[in-house]
Amino acid sequence: MAIDIPRIPLGDWIENGLNWLTTEYSNVTRGIADVTVASIDWLNDVLMWLPPGVLLVIIAGLCWWIANYRLAIGAAAGLALIWNMGLWIPMIETLTLVVIATLVAVVIALPVGIAAALSERLYKLIMPILDFMQTMPAFVYLIPAIPFFGIGSMSAIFATVIFSMPPAIRFTTLGIRQVPGELIEAADSYGATRTQKLFKVQLPMSLPTVMAGINQTIMLALSMVVIAAMIGASGLGSEVWRAIQRLRPGDGFEAGIAVVILAMLLDRLTQSLRKKRKE
Amino acid sequence: MQDTKRNVKIRVRNLSKVFGKHPKKALEMRDQGLNRSEIFDKTGQTLGLSNVNFDVYEGELLVIMGLSGSGKSTLIRCLNRLIEPSEGEIVIDDEDITTLGDKALRESRRRHFSMVFQNFALFPHRTVRQNTEFGLEIRGIDKAKRAEIAANALKQVGLDGWEDAYPSQLSGGMQQRVGLARALANDATVLLMDEAFSALDPLIRGDMQEELQELQSRMQKTTVFITHDLDEALNIADRIILLKDGEIVQIGTPEDILTNPADDYVKRFVEGVDMSRILTAEHAMRKVRAVARDTDGPRTTLRKMHENNIDSIYVTRRDRTLQGLAEVDAVIKAADEGKDTIEGTLTQDFRTVGPDEPLQNLFSMFSEKSFPIAVVDADKRLLGVVVKGAVLDQLAQAQAGENE
Repeated sequence: MAIDIPRIPLGDWIENGLNWLTTEYSNVTRGIADVTVASIDWLNDVLMWLPPGVLLVIIAGLCWWIANYRLAIGAAAGLALIWNMGLWIPMIETLTLVVIATLVAVVIALPVGIAAALSERLYKLIMPILDFMQTMPAFVYLIPAIPFFGIGSMSAIFATVIFSMPPAIRFTTLGIRQVPGELIEAADSYGATRTQKLFKVQLPMSLPTVMAGINQTIMLALSMVVIAAMIGASGLGSEVWRAIQRLRPGDGFEAGIAVVILAMLLDRLTQSLRKKRKE
Repeated sequence: MQDTKRNVKIRVRNLSKVFGKHPKKALEMRDQGLNRSEIFDKTGQTLGLSNVNFDVYEGELLVIMGLSGSGKSTLIRCLNRLIEPSEGEIVIDDEDITTLGDKALRESRRRHFSMVFQNFALFPHRTVRQNTEFGLEIRGIDKAKRAEIAANALKQVGLDGWEDAYPSQLSGGMQQRVGLARALANDATVLLMDEAFSALDPLIRGDMQEELQELQSRMQKTTVFITHDLDEALNIADRIILLKDGEIVQIGTPEDILTNPADDYVKRFVEGVDMSRILTAEHAMRKVRAVARDTDGPRTTLRKMHENNIDSIYVTRRDRTLQGLAEVDAVIKAADEGKDTIEGTLTQDFRTVGPDEPLQNLFSMFSEKSFPIAVVDADKRLLGVVVKGAVLDQLAQAQAGENE
């Protein structure tokens, strides 16, 4: 005997919710989109206005300054290879998306992370949401992005921000919570206000951990930006995407290698930044 | 001196602290006569402090001593409300701290309390100077003034030249000096020291105790010092409060505690110190740094005093028989009057003991006079002197030896 349990229309609810959001808040989303797209265009223009050779030297110099000569040489070689493969423009587009998405993610994540560290209630509320955000397959974010923002780089940013934000929040919360109780007591005993405690003790002390979170965010953003090629974000991802469609493994690997170079460069650079701060 | 000491700085009345969600219930049970462990069994709540009453006098160094779990850390944290008391009042300069709102409490903490912590609690991202300035920065004192005060405080603890180092570059002893400098720079009226020297190795610890006493006698800062170590308590305290299971067992001077333990608990605590019956004046005696001869003129005597940085000096004959004690005022007067010798200016107002006198008996002799006790042999020849600190040191050492 078949038991007839009605199917729970979870998907319908979510769709209705999203529709409602798109219609009710289209002004807001449009506004956000305009600002974001403008900044993407601006950053793209600046980076592309510079001749590749000049930008390469600047980046290598930055690596030298922040890290060491080895990273500078590696960066120069890697970027030269990308340039040589004719992937310079897509690389810049990808870099721009990563930078903007990371900025947005960090700007949202820091206050949320701080709030969650200071309020037990908020912590309990936010942690499951973060779990949800991180374990939901990344592609799924692309779908609601389209009705909100249409095809293109804005949707890519939206999905990327959601996907890459959790570690920045988590690490910020962790960093603040890790500050030893005795130091909090010390600050309290000298009559520090909450704000003084936050800016003079908790935040500076959690900075290395926060930086580790930002590093993670950058890495996740890079991986998502590549996937976002599926909804029309241009860059290295779309090179890979095109290679798949045309079944050209050589092109695919070339674009893939460019992604790897960019990832390693960003990773080493932010890690060195963290170590430098420690000293 | 005694009179200024009687000014009450902090008055603690009926202070209790319950760790748990329903402190009222636990306190009711306490009032019905249940003890700490019964209350814990019935309610799962811990009675951290129960009905604690004491005064802290202006300018004194009060040591709160007890074993771990006796509630001493809770007590010191109740004073500045790092831990919220469950009942009772804590009045500092006519202000009941327990009733203050957030803002007033912060103000009160800034004005009244500087705290030094067991594990230093220095901010690792701040330099020695920035750590020292912390309290001032919090109070919004301007940069130049801050730097000046911090430099001064660091000098007092012997850390000038280390301003730009980070705490991790310093040894434990030096880190705690920074902790102390941070507290001194703040210039609050009360210094709270929570097991401040317990994490240091014994040698450094002795040095720090000495320095604290020296600072304390110079600045007359009201100090509440927590320790689990009897030696330390005896060494530095003006008065000791003995705490057990969250209740006060005895309040008294080190001498009181040693000679009249209030109950068996205190007696057991100080048992090792009973070595004092065996120890004699000879053990605590030290060679006299300088004596004057009865034939010396006032100016020679003054120079001897000046060179040795003392303001009274024992006077002997050539064969070292003790003639009396010359006090600086009397000698100056003799010099002004143009006298040839100091013979007529001597006072006999000091204590002499034989080398076999038990140390126990020496305590009471120190109570009023600050002169060292003279130790003489049967022929009244001066063998040496005993100063107050040496008695306690000897007792403390004997106790430590017995514990091993």
